[in-house]
Amino acid sequence: MDLLLFTELAINGALVGLMYALVALGIVLVYKASGYANLAQGAFAMAGGYLCLLLASAAGLPLWAAALLSLAVLFAGGMLVERFLLRRMIGQPVVMVIMLTLGLEILLRGLVPGLLGSTVKPLDLGIPQTPLLLGEILVNRAYLAGGGLALVLIVGAVLFFNSPLGVRMRAVSDDKIAAWAVGIRVEHVIAVAWGLAGVSAGAAGILWGSVQGVDWTLSLLLLKALAIAILGGLDSVPGVLAAGLVVGIAESVAAGVLDPLIGGGTRDVVASAIILLTILVRPHGLFGSEHIERV
Amino acid sequence: MFYRAAGIRHTDYRQTRQLWPLAADRRLLAAIAALALAAPLLLSPLALNSYLTPLLLWTSAALGLNLLMGGAGQVHLGYGAVMAIGAYGTVHLVRAGLPFELALLAGGLLAALIGTLFGAAALRVKGLYLAVSTLALQYLTDFVIVHVPAISGGSQASLQVPALRLLGQPVTSDAGLYFVALGACALLTVWMLNIRRTSFGRALAAIREKDFAAEILGVSAFRYKLLAFWVSSFVGGVAGALYAFCYYKAVSPEQFHIELSIQLLATVIVGGMGSVLGCYFGAALILLAPPLLNHALAALSRQYGGLIGNDLLTHAPLILYGALIVGFLLFEPLGLAKIYDNLRKSLLVWPFRHARR
Repeated sequence: MDLLLFTELAINGALVGLMYALVALGIVLVYKASGYANLAQGAFAMAGGYLCLLLASAAGLPLWAAALLSLAVLFAGGMLVERFLLRRMIGQPVVMVIMLTLGLEILLRGLVPGLLGSTVKPLDLGIPQTPLLLGEILVNRAYLAGGGLALVLIVGAVLFFNSPLGVRMRAVSDDKIAAWAVGIRVEHVIAVAWGLAGVSAGAAGILWGSVQGVDWTLSLLLLKALAIAILGGLDSVPGVLAAGLVVGIAESVAAGVLDPLIGGGTRDVVASAIILLTILVRPHGLFGSEHIERV
Repeated sequence: MFYRAAGIRHTDYRQTRQLWPLAADRRLLAAIAALALAAPLLLSPLALNSYLTPLLLWTSAALGLNLLMGGAGQVHLGYGAVMAIGAYGTVHLVRAGLPFELALLAGGLLAALIGTLFGAAALRVKGLYLAVSTLALQYLTDFVIVHVPAISGGSQASLQVPALRLLGQPVTSDAGLYFVALGACALLTVWMLNIRRTSFGRALAAIREKDFAAEILGVSAFRYKLLAFWVSSFVGGVAGALYAFCYYKAVSPEQFHIELSIQLLATVIVGGMGSVLGCYFGAALILLAPPLLNHALAALSRQYGGLIGNDLLTHAPLILYGALIVGFLLFEPLGLAKIYDNLRKSLLVWPFRHARR
């Protein structure tokens, strides 16, 4: 195993990991704000890719406008999901919410490809295919652009928690009833968290869709996002960044090193292994706070 | 009107403790049992083989999952993997020469062992963590089965299931396989109906409602959650093995993918969490609705010339499962079993609504 190949795998993996982390960001935002699981992130990501493609090709919008418009639609979609699905589940056991969001994921996974076509469609963001040469290391330009943009968005999310709305969100995540008592509109804040979850997943879907093409497999980002959210800690936004890098690098290196030995498919199982290890060794993740439950 | 609760006076505890205290229920049950026994005579072999047998096996699997989800309130997203472990374990043991009955038990135990290991990992934490770790179980199991040729017989391969021999007798006819499935399903049903009346079932119910409160009452939450995982995974493994022997007759990894787990989850939610009867309703809806829907949609699209695209047609089952899960969770969280229960309760006293208690 020479060092050059290893570095190349690690750098490309880290960039991919940043894109995964963008999907995980939505899980963490929703969990932080409402304490609920969001298993519909994969479907949101897929919907983002499909919407951008639809707006760019069918409506003939320029690509940046299509991307922005589809993110706006996903923001609205996330808020609608909160208003019409999640708000009805207040007071229900956690298990019900998990299954509701999973049901939504399954519904969208069928509905979106069913209506917009299930064959793989290329989404060209205008990034050249030729790899970038750093010394002797090849870096995929699409990964670089996607990873960079993802990094910007995640740092933006960290900074967002210092804005007035972000402070309110922190208050809600800390104690809903106390936040409500001092005049914060709790349901409004949770709705915004869902909207932002939709936006982050949609952005990841567009970026990843430009790499591998748009089809239903975009929703498989859910498992990697879950691995990142759990490894980083379910209530830690900076944790998403660190865990995203770890998962991305682990996946890329494992695929590069192990695939030739056992014949493919390692990439998909790394996320599962990371989930299992995290839960065994450190359930609250790298940066998450340990959960204390009151009876 | 249809059910008569009038004049039924239970005079000792044995009578009130019966599984079906109302004579009307018992008569209905006897009629259904008679129909089930006569099914090979009444139905064509095709209907028996491709609808009724899988329906019973599916119900058995759902009963196992329902014990965990409805009984103990633990979510499991990798039940298909548990069934795969049971199926592959049993098939390999039978191929190695073990009698079917022992192999079935061993396959169930193997599934229980692995399923419980994953449950144990996640039981220190719960909710989302448990859901995600069972999801990891699904993907890891798929990966191991596909990538270890000793288990799957090589990637993209399917493993031939030997003919079923029960107590030394070969069972090959459609009716025979149907009766094996019917027997297993009936046994499981009676067991599940009774399990909630035992201390085990009551402990699970306490944990489902609030595990800390149960712990304070002296119910060891960890122990009973593990036991619930153990029992449910055992049932899942056995159901998977029976699926392989009575229906598929050749096992391949695709049969036990995440789709199966999702369909079983939908079965339990649609049927009604915690309800034995609900498993039958849910299995019937989840198994029979997609082909019916596809037929209806295909007929529609033929009539109106390409109104419904092929993509929509192939994705219709997935849309249906998702819509059913979301719809039932929002509007009737207790599922079809609750709808039936409401109907039955109102019919029980039908013309005299004021008599309803």
